[in-house]
Amino acid sequence: MSEASRPQLVSSGQTLAQKLLARASGKPRVEPGEIILVQVDLAMAHDSSGPRRWKPHLDSLGATLWDPSRVVIVSDHYVPAVDGESAAILKLTRDFAKDHRVEHFFDMEGICHAILPQKGLLRPGIFVAGGDSHTPHAGAFGCYAAGFGATDMLGIVVTGQTWTIVPETIRVEMTGSLGSTVSAKDVMLVLCRELGMDNAFKAIEYGGPGVESMPMDERMVLSNMAAELGGEVGLIAADKVTLSHIRAHGGCATEADLAWKPDPDAAYERIISINLSDLEPQIALPHSPANSFPINHALGSPIHQAYIGACVGAKLQDLHMAAQILKGQRIAKDVRLLVAPASSQVTADAAADGTLSTLLAAGATLLPSGCGACAGMGAGLLAAGEVCISTTNRNFKGRMGHAEAFVYLASPYTVAASALTGCVSDPRKFFSELAVAQ
Amino acid sequence: MTETAGTGRAFVFGDDIDTDLLAPGHLMKLSAEDLAQHCLEAIAPDFAKSVQPGDFVVAGKNFGLGSSREQAAISLRLLGVGAVIAPSFARIFYRNALNLGLPALFCEEAYRIAEGDQLMVDPVLGKITNKTRGETLSCKPIPDHLMAMVRAGGLIAHLKSRRGT
Repeated sequence: MSEASRPQLVSSGQTLAQKLLARASGKPRVEPGEIILVQVDLAMAHDSSGPRRWKPHLDSLGATLWDPSRVVIVSDHYVPAVDGESAAILKLTRDFAKDHRVEHFFDMEGICHAILPQKGLLRPGIFVAGGDSHTPHAGAFGCYAAGFGATDMLGIVVTGQTWTIVPETIRVEMTGSLGSTVSAKDVMLVLCRELGMDNAFKAIEYGGPGVESMPMDERMVLSNMAAELGGEVGLIAADKVTLSHIRAHGGCATEADLAWKPDPDAAYERIISINLSDLEPQIALPHSPANSFPINHALGSPIHQAYIGACVGAKLQDLHMAAQILKGQRIAKDVRLLVAPASSQVTADAAADGTLSTLLAAGATLLPSGCGACAGMGAGLLAAGEVCISTTNRNFKGRMGHAEAFVYLASPYTVAASALTGCVSDPRKFFSELAVAQ
Repeated sequence: MTETAGTGRAFVFGDDIDTDLLAPGHLMKLSAEDLAQHCLEAIAPDFAKSVQPGDFVVAGKNFGLGSSREQAAISLRLLGVGAVIAPSFARIFYRNALNLGLPALFCEEAYRIAEGDQLMVDPVLGKITNKTRGETLSCKPIPDHLMAMVRAGGLIAHLKSRRGT
């Protein structure tokens, strides 16, 4: 990993963030530090942050949605209902979507960040405002996608507008290619350690041949965890891979959308270079994603639960990674392996291609699609003293249940390998054994 | 000092106070009032019981990182916290705090404040007087028009009061 700071000369080049914000604000060009009013193309919220928080205020202000066709509501936090409170929240959300004629309402189909690309709702260039901190996920499609709290989102769904401060951009340049049991998740755990989590009011821009070599499911990990870096957005310029993903999911994208890319002479706050070929599996120890180390640091630490879930860590590709390690194996006695696919479509696809039966044969328990234990709300919470290794993106104290529980973050390869042994394990060992056996 | 100045004790915390510490996810179904009683309990079990209206939360860098959940800021406000003072804030928390009527003050020298210090804080002047230590620190001022919204109790209360509803 190396760092180079470019001289901050007067430059005519623009970062991707500048270009996207110029479009959203209707200006020819914007500069870092400028406070701008932006037009929102797509507003997304879920059952926890959306209708339940908006409804009383909309009613008392006598306001309504500015454009129901640009509002997406996803029930993913309290699904499926497990008690009276969660049932009431989900009913309120359904009734709201119906009353306000929100056609893009997805009830128990999966996690909001997985739903947006799956339904073909993203297109390079657009401004996406989401009532969830992992909204930067959509930046993998060249969208300016940022997270907001419920009050900001209320203003957005009523007016279609919000304000932001044009951010400086940190460019992460990736070369090389990932090893056989190393993933984008490992890249992000390195970046959390190297860049820290205190990059508020900044944009993260990923690029280079290392990024171009990744499929969309992996690029989404980079964009998603820009949130852990503290970034407003995690942007990746669209390429042919992006366009074909959008088209394959019924979305609209043309060759002209490839113009949404940074200029070669753009001015960055700094540029970080990372060679993916050198990367080892990583693990974040409790209680921060930035508390990360190469896997050797924690080998052999006992675990009670292995969790494959969340927007960042339970896409089809993540399930494939786990299945590569688990194929023909059986998880350790006294360990529970929980799998909560990011969407019901992922479950269906994994069933169709045999991945699901591989996971179940290894002893996995299949959970509903939703934010689940990652948000501390669904099935799979931890008791005091328990240790979980998880494909999720946060391991703050108390996040997955008890404040005295411990969560390690790692890739699906590492989580699966650890489920087999009952302790933190290096997935490279299992992969080579598989190769020898074949 | 302007009319927005307030006096209270400092409750001091470290870097990276996250939203799961401020509003634990597994308790998010509780009412806002009940959830507030669990604010920061994982690291300071007596905080909710001992903080008094007007007291201040003083912390290290990147306060409020994590989730977009507004309950993190709402809990502090419901407990009567007069302001959060820190060298840096997570972006969504910062926007939420002002929108919900909780002043969030950028102060590079927040580390000079110790637990229990008596502070007088003026967000409009950007001035923090530490009466216990006899020193004055500066923070980034919050403009008067923004403080009008904060004082009203946040954006929605401000809109309602302006509409006379």
